[in-house]
Amino acid sequence: MEPTQTVARRSRGRWLILFGILLSALTLSGIAASPAMAEAGSAATTEAEEFEYFFVGNVTFDDKPLRGVEISVEGNGYDAETETDAEGKWRLGVPEKGEYKLTLNEDTLPEGVVVKEGQSTVDAEFGLTKLKAVNFFLGEGQRTTTDIGAQVLIRVINGLNFGLLLALAAIGLSLIFGTTGLSNFAHAEMITFGGLMVLTFGVDLALPIWLAIIIAIVLSAALGFTLDATIWKPLRRRGVGLIPLMIVSIGLSLALRYTYQFFYGGATRQLPGATIPSDIHLGPVTLSWIDVASMATSIVVLAAFAFFLLRTRIGKATRAVSDNPSLAAASGIDVDRVIRIVWIAGGALAGLSGILWAYFRPGVSWDMGFQILLLVFAAVTLGGLGTAFGALVGSIIVGLFIELSTLWLPSDMKYVGALIVLILVLLFRPQGILGRRERIG
Amino acid sequence: MSSDVTPTSKPVKSTGLHVGEAGPGVRKVDPILTADSVKRTFGGLTAVDVAHVEIPRGAITALIGPNGAGKTTFFNLLTGFDKPDEGSWEFDGRSLAHVPAYRVARMGLIRTFQLTKALGLLTVMDNMKLGAKGQGGENLFRSVLPFLWRKQEDEIEEKAVELLTRFKLDTKREDYAASLSGGQRKLLEMARALMSDPTLVMLDEPMAGVNPALTQSLLEHILDLKSQGMSVLFVEHDMHMVRHIADWVIVMAEGKIVAEGDPHTVMQDPAVIDAYLGAHHDTDIGIDTEHVEVLKELIDDEQ
Amino acid sequence: MIDWIAIFSNAAQELISPTTAAYALAALGLAIHFGYTGLLNFGQAGFMALGAYGFAISTLSFGFPVWASVLVGVGASVIFALILGIPTLRLRADYLAIVTIAAAEILRLVFTTNTFDSLTGSASGLQGYKGGFADLNPIPPGTYGFGPFTYNAYDWWIRIVGWTLVIVFALLTWLIIRSPWGRVIKGIREDEDAVRALGKNVYSYKMQSLILGGVYGTLAGMIFVLPRAVVPANYQTSLTFFIYAILLLGGAATILGPIVGSMIFWVLLSFFSGFMARAVEAGWFPFMTQVQAGQLRFILVGIAIMLIVVFRPQGIFGNKKELAFVK
Repeated sequence: MEPTQTVARRSRGRWLILFGILLSALTLSGIAASPAMAEAGSAATTEAEEFEYFFVGNVTFDDKPLRGVEISVEGNGYDAETETDAEGKWRLGVPEKGEYKLTLNEDTLPEGVVVKEGQSTVDAEFGLTKLKAVNFFLGEGQRTTTDIGAQVLIRVINGLNFGLLLALAAIGLSLIFGTTGLSNFAHAEMITFGGLMVLTFGVDLALPIWLAIIIAIVLSAALGFTLDATIWKPLRRRGVGLIPLMIVSIGLSLALRYTYQFFYGGATRQLPGATIPSDIHLGPVTLSWIDVASMATSIVVLAAFAFFLLRTRIGKATRAVSDNPSLAAASGIDVDRVIRIVWIAGGALAGLSGILWAYFRPGVSWDMGFQILLLVFAAVTLGGLGTAFGALVGSIIVGLFIELSTLWLPSDMKYVGALIVLILVLLFRPQGILGRRERIG
Repeated sequence: MSSDVTPTSKPVKSTGLHVGEAGPGVRKVDPILTADSVKRTFGGLTAVDVAHVEIPRGAITALIGPNGAGKTTFFNLLTGFDKPDEGSWEFDGRSLAHVPAYRVARMGLIRTFQLTKALGLLTVMDNMKLGAKGQGGENLFRSVLPFLWRKQEDEIEEKAVELLTRFKLDTKREDYAASLSGGQRKLLEMARALMSDPTLVMLDEPMAGVNPALTQSLLEHILDLKSQGMSVLFVEHDMHMVRHIADWVIVMAEGKIVAEGDPHTVMQDPAVIDAYLGAHHDTDIGIDTEHVEVLKELIDDEQ
Repeated sequence: MIDWIAIFSNAAQELISPTTAAYALAALGLAIHFGYTGLLNFGQAGFMALGAYGFAISTLSFGFPVWASVLVGVGASVIFALILGIPTLRLRADYLAIVTIAAAEILRLVFTTNTFDSLTGSASGLQGYKGGFADLNPIPPGTYGFGPFTYNAYDWWIRIVGWTLVIVFALLTWLIIRSPWGRVIKGIREDEDAVRALGKNVYSYKMQSLILGGVYGTLAGMIFVLPRAVVPANYQTSLTFFIYAILLLGGAATILGPIVGSMIFWVLLSFFSGFMARAVEAGWFPFMTQVQAGQLRFILVGIAIMLIVVFRPQGIFGNKKELAFVK
């Protein structure tokens, strides 16, 4: 049977052949989207082609093909959609090489099957070939059947998990802001760096995952140190103002982000174990041990960092510098050393946050840090600029709010709610939740 | 500091400003500014807690006190740059509570800042022109049509040149304000304040960071303000200057008014000496040995 | 063999392309915000999106004529500026930065979501709103021009309209910046407390500046979508950053800077992409793919932003003394 073809509403005067295969790189137990690479060459010749480039895929669940699932592509001013055929295959042609967004319409899936959270739309880009396989991870699940109380509980736990990993990044950002005055937009790339390093060492070099994670965190700390030593410290010496510094960090963010894309490509890749089953049952909540490990790691690291800030000499010095750098310098604290430590710790925390984010999303991509940068900024601002504990509180609020808001907001709008809350808080309490009033201008 | 500057002439002091016996909160014959129970706290610390004070019209009033006494905070409160927890204050009979800073300025109460706020990347002339009130060309829609404001602009420029000449800044008119020396910036700030024809000029430490050569000219400019009918309130650390030009002195310590009077009697007030010495002994916010030295010197002077 | 003529001719076309005009106008708006008033608006992409969507939705969903659609876009951006400005213009400068960047993202997400698909076309965006504008074209159908600058009537029409708007708004900006109004906002850039102490309503001036520069961005957003479709993915934060790159390149506190900056930016970018693509094809860089060659330009933009800010903060046209930065 031929795939059903629809000409997209607004692609005037052009008709398209839409077709494809879905490739799932990972077989998931209980979550099944079995790998099946379609014979692209032969398939292509059966159709009168208008386009050179194709996205292809194969939608199956429990090894059975799913028919009539809607897939749409959008990007570079072009859009189109198609449905899977009897073998579960689909194929979508696009006019030019580039980045596109592919969306699987969840409403067209059979009862009891869902796309893994947040994965119904994926970004895809062509590599060396004119054919690109796109994966959608399907799983068993009910989208609207759980009762409201259980849903809230699930959201709260997810939100806490997300909030805690945001906090790891936010605390570094906040302390860097407190000690140097820099609003560091390149923090996003420090987050991404952690995920990319685990990918490099744990997948490409196939080291054991625990070793890969340790190496990634050490390298992230080294990245923080290097950025400070090679860019920020010399600029501070030159007396560059805070706003130029902020713009430098934007340039750095752009350059680093596309450097990542240059070397790692535009695709999203999974870390080992990212898609293990959720087999820990706590009442209505099912968690995977990755979720549990992620939360535990965040809590332990945050507690350790709190101990460092509250109890150690250098931690107290850090808070003093963050409170008032000139006063701290006058009282004999080595401000440069504190700033160096903040960058190292900030780098390590951001790297860890990136690793956890890679498991939470799930997947590692070149712009994964940039996707949550604004949320990290929102968390820091909510908590009060420059206070470490404010950043923690702000992060958890942002995490909880985003997850809970999906109860009444469509999931593609969940970040909207968090950002609106940010603006509202600034309206009524500009110093943030834990910030002191004197901090505002 | 400039304590070695000897005044060249003895200025005429205004007297008979108050009603009744001089003391904290004493009534004035003709107050231009009055404040009642103005209180401002930061966290747990009370920065300002003024029960009642009146600033006399047509005179030069000095506000003195040790560091941390709340002088600048009080200044900020009076001019709308900070909001008090409670209290009311009036300028020329009109309440200033909840009036934003720019409206306070439009009423004729113009202030300067402790750290000069010359607008560095504007020319000296643009700095001056910015000071003028009621400019039609400052309206966005009218600004597009230069013929609507060209005439007013010329008048403002004329006035600015006049003032710049008086403050000996006329040769710098096309320079960026950032290129001026610290003292010249103080002069520019004062000249700019005069562009709006204020009735009360509030100067926050006009002498801080000014080299001795310029101090004399600054002093004369302040005395000039009085002779042109303006009232002046200034915060100052330099006691010689206070004694030389002030008609009336108000002393603040720990946020409160502790003494008032003419310069000579105030300097001998035990409360004043206590305020300075006490601050020196008891608290860690007001350590300023220089003031104590100056004060002792002054007390010696008087005897 | 590399086709140098094609590379140069493509690059030359960018000089007068409508996209260059749109970026120039958006950067001019940002010059008012950032260069003259010292406002850190990181949401120029949001203003542009409002222009594009305001125009397209009014035309498609409500059947408004061109002038009314333009007004809807402008009105939307005035409201947007008010919403952004009211909570943040009283606060320290970096709050505005965070709020504007967040608000622009909110807009993009709202335009992308499936919830309002019937109005916004969600991720696919909108097309088919150009009819009214094309009907206003007085140029008879045909192909005109010479060399690389050979276009059909519609392409000339959007270029003429786009660049006329740029010139008109450059003149307007020049007029208001050298007026007393411009003096006040430059004073605010230097030290807003000082200006407040001189009796100027600083809050109101900042708001006027935010609205004015935002309207420039909105009109730029309309020019931007005349040669292409309205697609929400175009309005990401990177768009704002590119406009900042243009502004800094030309000089933040200048009027010619944003315009010439936009021309230089696009000509260089086109030249560089064209060269890299063909060089990779010719096998000059065997370690690089076509896609990687395409990404290289973004890396260069990032590095260029850093270098300009550190080593030539006044940009190409800026006065060395009048550095455009707020302290």
